[in-house]
Amino acid sequence: MSVRTLPLLFLNLGGEMLYILDQRLRAQNIPADKARKVLNDIISTMFNRKFMEELFKPQEMYSKKALRTVYDRLAHASIMRLNQASMDKLYDLMTMAFKYQVLLCPRPKDMLLVTFNHLDAIKDFIQDSPTILNQVDETFRLLTEVYGSLPAGEFQVIRQTLLLFFQDLHIRVSIFLKDKVQNSNGRFVLPVSGPVPWGTDVPGLIRMFNNKGQEVRTAQFKHGGDYVTASREGSFELYGDRVLKLGTNMYSVNRPVETHMSGASKNLASRTEENVAPNPLAKEELNLLARLMGGMEIQKGSGPEPGFRLNLFTTDEEEEQAALTRPEEFSYEVINIQATQDQQRNQELTRIMGEFAITDQPQGSTSKGDDLLTMMDEL
Amino acid sequence: MFRRESSIPLRGSAASLCNNLSVLPLPARNLTHFGVVRGASAQLLSAAPEGVPLAQRQLFAKQGAGVSPAFITQVHWCTLPFRVLVVLTSFKGIQMYEADGSVMVYWHALNSGEASPAPAMFARGIAASGQFICVGTWSGRVLVFDIPVKGPNIVLCEELTGHQAPITDIATEPTQAQDCVADMVTADDSGLLCIWRSGPEFKLLTSIPGFGVPCPSVRLWQGIVAAGYGNGKVHLYEASTGSLQVQISAHARAISALDLAPEVGKLLSAAEDTFVHLWKLSRNTESGGIEVEHCHGECVPDTQVCGARFCDPAGSSFAVTGYDLAEILRFRSV
Repeated sequence: MSVRTLPLLFLNLGGEMLYILDQRLRAQNIPADKARKVLNDIISTMFNRKFMEELFKPQEMYSKKALRTVYDRLAHASIMRLNQASMDKLYDLMTMAFKYQVLLCPRPKDMLLVTFNHLDAIKDFIQDSPTILNQVDETFRLLTEVYGSLPAGEFQVIRQTLLLFFQDLHIRVSIFLKDKVQNSNGRFVLPVSGPVPWGTDVPGLIRMFNNKGQEVRTAQFKHGGDYVTASREGSFELYGDRVLKLGTNMYSVNRPVETHMSGASKNLASRTEENVAPNPLAKEELNLLARLMGGMEIQKGSGPEPGFRLNLFTTDEEEEQAALTRPEEFSYEVINIQATQDQQRNQELTRIMGEFAITDQPQGSTSKGDDLLTMMDEL
Repeated sequence: MFRRESSIPLRGSAASLCNNLSVLPLPARNLTHFGVVRGASAQLLSAAPEGVPLAQRQLFAKQGAGVSPAFITQVHWCTLPFRVLVVLTSFKGIQMYEADGSVMVYWHALNSGEASPAPAMFARGIAASGQFICVGTWSGRVLVFDIPVKGPNIVLCEELTGHQAPITDIATEPTQAQDCVADMVTADDSGLLCIWRSGPEFKLLTSIPGFGVPCPSVRLWQGIVAAGYGNGKVHLYEASTGSLQVQISAHARAISALDLAPEVGKLLSAAEDTFVHLWKLSRNTESGGIEVEHCHGECVPDTQVCGARFCDPAGSSFAVTGYDLAEILRFRSV
């Protein structure tokens, strides 16, 4: 499909992940300085310059497995740990939220505004770190460069590619159910009222012209919806009122985030279609993944800051229960990258690793290449 | 005026594509064929009048060159004078099958020609015109294939230029008796419409400029071009002159499909705003100008409609598909 989809997917899902982590860090009363460090570390890793350059190259979409692997690593880029059940739930919430945003985007181009909403919020998280702020602004620039003048038809294909990625996902999210944004069958509510997209007229008017192009008559028809004109267009500048609310933070400390697995109508047949993906792609993906993850350095927990475990559920027992009762068909498969004997690849990974020493954490083992490959083995 | 009939279940949900439903009524056999794209596969099924599915088959996009997965953009039945073929367009190429989908009779791989920074290659837009099948591509070129009476000896005989943006849809109408009558319209992502006369060589008659908004769906009926746009508007143009006659603010989101019932001049419009509307096209007996009247509107709750077709040429029934929906919804007039 479109080869310009990955950056939008990655940045928006990443944004949602940060919203959820921020909410859970506060709900779990993690000390402010630790919480800030976690978010700073993750954001810094996400917006790493080399990482972004790789991401923005025209390329095919990752498989669901590959993408899940990237977020697993990202979530562990700092001193925070997540159990499998919590990571699963985090990913469920991220994907359903972004699916909702893509589905409800008034115009395909508005996906860029959704992305900007996420970036605006991310900048709020790291106000006190000018280096990371710079990285995010740099990404803004990249986004504007790549997507700023993309024609509407291409945005439409990007949107279709994203919706294909999210097809058949109907996990019920309690914050969506409560806000009446999602039905009990897992499908999103599509309102037939409110402002029309910028550039669209409120339906109901029929205009008739003569051969000279002059309007000779008008007529009305009953459309069935209850729409109003759009007030103004959202801003695509570095700073500005985006107008669109999609992509802004809908979580707050008092709104628990739960997902319901039972009764969610995920079509089993949809998984069969994914598994049809040919093997050659997996190898290509692994190479890309290796290059991207070269910048993600895992904390061994031997630094000055002791690590802690974040729970996406309200209690530890709930988390255990969720792990046990998660239906088979919903388990996320994470790519198992085997350490290879490939001399060249090891050298490449070592080189990338060397370029990305973000923190000054001591290295646990003797050679950098081994370290990275060992980390990947642990996935 | 219209009543919901029983839905036809699909093996998988429909993908968010435009014109994502093809219908082939076979009244002689008391059957209707349906075709829906899911993603990397398309589902063909035939159903009895009550909507009971009788047979179904899945067609897969041919992998072609490269490792990236092939996704389908459109599936469409093409009715030619002596045979019916099913055509599949994808991000790799064009596949043609016998009407029941059992045998692939032709494969055309897309190539990028001169090195271009095109983001992605794909074929999209399928229509039969006499003995030809026309298929649009991402570059704006329309490929014309000459189809023999039977067998796999299909030949690419012409490439039509006229568009610079990716083709979205192609519409044809059986040629009228006179010469110089437009019988094919092609549309693209910039909103440009090209009006052609088919023949051993296709001739470009007129162009209707776009205005920066994609035209995902287009239909042609008795010299009237009906075009649906990404801003929810439906325009009716005089095919011979290209002049805009009617502009309808029909939908609140991008139009995803148009269809025409040729016996009565009924137009069906469907969009991502969950609505489907029916319109009656006609010509003013005095001035000959195009007129339109709204007949009916239907809301498909919480569904972004991605395909809509009449199930009979008199327009007494129609079918609808929606993104993420694993069924074909049907409506019949009462």
